[in-house]
Amino acid sequence: MSKFLKTTVAASLASAFFSSAVLAEPLGLGRQATDEEVAAWNIDIRPDGQGLPVGRGNVADGEEIFAENCAICHGDFGEGVDRWPVLSGGQGSLTDARPVKTIGSYWPYLSTVYDYIHRAMPFGNARSLSDDEIYAIVAYLLYVNDMVDDDFELSNENFTSIKMPNEPNFFMDDRDTTEVPAFSHDVCMENCKPEVEITKRAAIVDVTPEETAAKAAAQDAKAEESAPAAADGQTTTEAAAEPAATEQATDAPDPELIAKGEKVFKKCKACHQIGEGASNRTGPILTGVVGRPAASVEGFKYSKGMKEMAGEGLIWDEANLDQFLTKPKAFVKKTKMGFAGLKKEGDRAAIIAYLKSVAP
Amino acid sequence: MTKNSGAGATRRGFLKAGLAAGGALAAGRTASAATSDPAITEIQPWNSESGDPVDFAPYGKPSEYESEAIRRSVPWLTADPISSINFTPLHKLDGTITPNGLCFERHHAGAAHVDPSKHRLMINGLVDKPLVFTMEDLMRFPRENYIYFLECAANSGMEWRGAQLNGCQFTHGMIHNVMYTGVPLRLLLEEAGVKTNGKWLLAEGADASAMTRSIPIEKAMDDCLVAFKMNGEALRVEQGYPLRLVVPGWEGNMWIKWLRRFEVGDQPWQQREETSKYTDLLEDGKARRFTWVMDAKSVITSPSPQAPITHGKGPTIVTGIAWSGRGTVPRVDVTIDGGKNWYKARMAGPSMDKAMHRFYFEFDWDGRPLLLQSRAHDSTGYVQPTKDELRKFRGVNSIYHNNGIQTWYVNEKGEAENVEIS
Repeated sequence: MSKFLKTTVAASLASAFFSSAVLAEPLGLGRQATDEEVAAWNIDIRPDGQGLPVGRGNVADGEEIFAENCAICHGDFGEGVDRWPVLSGGQGSLTDARPVKTIGSYWPYLSTVYDYIHRAMPFGNARSLSDDEIYAIVAYLLYVNDMVDDDFELSNENFTSIKMPNEPNFFMDDRDTTEVPAFSHDVCMENCKPEVEITKRAAIVDVTPEETAAKAAAQDAKAEESAPAAADGQTTTEAAAEPAATEQATDAPDPELIAKGEKVFKKCKACHQIGEGASNRTGPILTGVVGRPAASVEGFKYSKGMKEMAGEGLIWDEANLDQFLTKPKAFVKKTKMGFAGLKKEGDRAAIIAYLKSVAP
Repeated sequence: MTKNSGAGATRRGFLKAGLAAGGALAAGRTASAATSDPAITEIQPWNSESGDPVDFAPYGKPSEYESEAIRRSVPWLTADPISSINFTPLHKLDGTITPNGLCFERHHAGAAHVDPSKHRLMINGLVDKPLVFTMEDLMRFPRENYIYFLECAANSGMEWRGAQLNGCQFTHGMIHNVMYTGVPLRLLLEEAGVKTNGKWLLAEGADASAMTRSIPIEKAMDDCLVAFKMNGEALRVEQGYPLRLVVPGWEGNMWIKWLRRFEVGDQPWQQREETSKYTDLLEDGKARRFTWVMDAKSVITSPSPQAPITHGKGPTIVTGIAWSGRGTVPRVDVTIDGGKNWYKARMAGPSMDKAMHRFYFEFDWDGRPLLLQSRAHDSTGYVQPTKDELRKFRGVNSIYHNNGIQTWYVNEKGEAENVEIS
């Protein structure tokens, strides 16, 4: 740090010229933040417990809340679904060829778990959990990492007594004393080695994405180039976009409602795609969902519950969608959809209008 | 600042190459003189018809023939496209400035669309007076302009175990270099009055990930900017509109987007992005933390897998970029034979602290396979290591801060592949 401090001093001396002329003292810009404002945004929690709200939650409650809100991505026991983060296990794997970095095996502080869930989870519906619910989830995460028993309750009172096992394995960046001296050297410029061999090849690994979008765009450009219509001096892309837009407009009973629905749909986007180029993600493609039979998107693994209801002939008409979206788990028992539901009728109507508006 | 003006050097370079390869060049010219070029002999539509009127595109776009110059992603890298990443098409760019629409994206909860009239910046914690600024307030502070590179700490992170992705867009494209206009963070902190025990700063974003990082107060007071413009125009949504933090030379994750709050404290907060992520796991199971500085690095952007040599042998340009979080890059070496012999590349364009540099190496290609590498020397004397030298310190599981030398194998046809060599 000492070298760093010196540079800082030099830099501030250099800039003092500029700033002192303009800013002899504070400009008096901005205004004092109210206590309520600071409390609203000051949500960070430190390892020493600073910032922890008063509250408590136990493993059993945590399991339920986790199943409802988190398991769709992280798995019932934090084992991770697809490429979503694995939250449990991995202890003792940090020196393995493929280390599994989880809360139990890697995270140095428990405060980070609470802080992060509170500020950013569940994905796509952040800031929706109560303080006690978060305590319960954190307790459950400790349980699935074999750090506490199943009757454990976590609270602001016992929180800082829990130490994470991997904390001692973190150390401050030491590149300045290890790598930097080793790499700061004279270099060879001529006849540096007699032979060179290729040892690794990306072509063999072959994981570079196909540039489908780029290829399509290039083909579009070519088509434009040869199209006689382009002779009017306008690019054809604008014109081509027009009929599609008109079509959509005639289909649309209420553009305002659709626009509102598109906004509400942001809550769904973490898991669902819709429209051109949509693919199945955590949830199935929703293009054309209104009016189609349940569990009918090819290639998507539906829950047992959803398949059963589809077998009974469930069709996603507007009434059924409305019910489902009100409280998914009440309508389709054990659906994989980890979404709490849309309480407002207006939101549901808007989203259904939006879903209808996106033409297959 | 500009050390190399370019044109003269290039002509001399080619002249030499031309003398050496005189026969081949002359042959080429004769061949092409045999038939007339319809691009010349026929009247082209743009030569006869009127073009677009003004205001045809109130916000201009690149030519339709440049549709390949786009950001691209690697879908298998992340679980979903919202908390994900895409890459700057470095192979399509020249100079040092990255166009705003091509700057790579990395979001943790998608690109938030923030209404600037509802955006506030708060400073709280160990300050004399907690403050709230509107965007309008911020515009009344003295501003500065600086060009800085921003590199994601995970840039080249997929290459630790060996050559994996074919294209510098994918191996090195988590970087961009733009001019920022903004208020020195120091001025804002002084406005609030940092208490003497205020040693750390927490920066926080307004998006649904509420991204946070702890920053030492020395850095905050030194050269950090609170920026609202990039390359002269408002920040792009995907770069944190309307406000982002600029932390010159340090890993991109710290450059909080949609910046809404600074808290001053007496210790770091140990947030998710500085504990479970952005820490460098070494071979012995221990992990480095607070690895903020980006080490000196360079890459040849052309030829490269997405930018093969298509013109055959003869005068050939090797070009690339170099940068260092510790200063400038006054020198880059280039080899075409896998490191048997090295040449000092020609630096062209401004050389600025913690900003991207451009280098060129002009040579006469004899049509035989090439093993291309570039090696950056920064202003502190640090030399970009080979990947194997780096692995000696890091192993292969550290994900972040891979600044090892990149190798492209170019075959007789001019096609390039990502490889590693002995």
